[in-house]
Amino acid sequence: MCLSIPSKVTKIDKANKTATVDTMGVSREASLDLMEEGSVNIGDYVLIHIGFIMNKIDEEDAMASIETYKEILSIMDEEECARAIEESDNCPNGGA
Amino acid sequence: MALELKNLYDDFRDAATIKAYAKIISEDAAKLDRAINIMEVCGGHTHTIMKYGILQLLPQNIKFVHGPGCPVCVMPKERIDHAYALAMQEDVILVTLGDMIKVPGSKGSLQDARSRGADVRFVYSPLDTLKIACENPTKKIIFFAIGFETTTPMSAALLDAVIKQKIPNILFHINHVTVPEAMELLLSDAECKIDAFLGPSHVSVISGSKIYEPFPVKWGKPVVVSGFEPVDVMESISMIVKQFLEKRCELEVQYKRAVKREGNLNAQKLVDKYFQKAAHFRFRGLGDIPGGGLELREEFDAYNAEKIHADILPHEPINDHKLCICGEILKGKATPPQCSIFGTACKPSSPVGSCMVSSEGACAAYYKYGNLV
Ligand code: SF4
Repeated sequence: MCLSIPSKVTKIDKANKTATVDTMGVSREASLDLMEEGSVNIGDYVLIHIGFIMNKIDEEDAMASIETYKEILSIMDEEECARAIEESDNCPNGGA
Repeated sequence: MALELKNLYDDFRDAATIKAYAKIISEDAAKLDRAINIMEVCGGHTHTIMKYGILQLLPQNIKFVHGPGCPVCVMPKERIDHAYALAMQEDVILVTLGDMIKVPGSKGSLQDARSRGADVRFVYSPLDTLKIACENPTKKIIFFAIGFETTTPMSAALLDAVIKQKIPNILFHINHVTVPEAMELLLSDAECKIDAFLGPSHVSVISGSKIYEPFPVKWGKPVVVSGFEPVDVMESISMIVKQFLEKRCELEVQYKRAVKREGNLNAQKLVDKYFQKAAHFRFRGLGDIPGGGLELREEFDAYNAEKIHADILPHEPINDHKLCICGEILKGKATPPQCSIFGTACKPSSPVGSCMVSSEGACAAYYKYGNLV
């Protein structure tokens, strides 16, 4: 499943260059290695790919996108849904 | 073979928007004097198009050609054999991503290597490789790096960490490939049937939409960079049809919320520090593509598993089964059901060709969502 659900930054660990993000209720860590120092802040919406923050997106766009994903996820069963969120940034092969 | 696709779109509320786009597309397409073939370059889009039954919503004269944007699908057998040979060494832990582990080479897949005693691991993020290296100081960890522009910066970040943290036991086998060169190769075939491109989402986030600028200008093919959601894809198709209707040929970005012209410059800088263009990369199903891949710069030879272990790696190209028509499918000359062994001798559980290997491949997507099981 190759979704790309926006995640919200909830914590920044400057020393380790990582951020904690929330993806529709699922919390996890992501690397800040690809982002300019200081460019990502708590409350920002970001896209994640295989453990890295790839970019930031506007809050308005992020919210619209999250609404769409809620609908997509609402037609899945619970297990499928949990897996889709977990794997949302993990295109089967780190896709194109 | 008639193909009935599932109607998933009926189930979700966005159906209204999707249907509205379907109506606009049909009305516009009715005014076109010929059919148009749109290639979705990225496997993620193939997935969306098949999963949400988008093909069924489109008028007869709007057709899709499923592109090569699945990193696992384009990996030629000889490079899978590299991974296999490296993994079979006593002191090696081979680390890779995604469906790579399932793809059969000439001796078997990495999964088979594992059942024959090799230590092959699958990581969620390339950075997890650091942990494996620290926990196994007596082993040599080889990161078998795959992916298009999207994942190259992550491999660069891993190498950056290896060097900065002076980790002595991680090597790299690089199989990073690039999208524009593959698109050019397809277009350079005189029989190529592609009229326009749906540009990849993630690749464009990293590289920026600027990488597609030559396509409308030099090749006369419109490109619309699209997001992954079904609504994004419908809007992008509508934008392409409008270009034909209004006789425009441009690069447009539908996925504006994530894609800028310049892309992620920080990530591009990191890639440039460690990688350079390879003279060519052999894509499975398509053949040699000049400049179609990346390799480590020479100053990082000490981390280059392909050079260090050159003596045990096979060098001869290995072609696919002669019945496999993946190359034709990727060029838009055929669709998966036209393959004589589609769904019979070739299935996701026993893939013969590259397009059946990964869930992002065109044949696998047709198999999964085509109600053929
Ligand atoms: S069905 Fe299998 S053999 Fe046929 S083109 Fe697709 S991958 Fe190749």
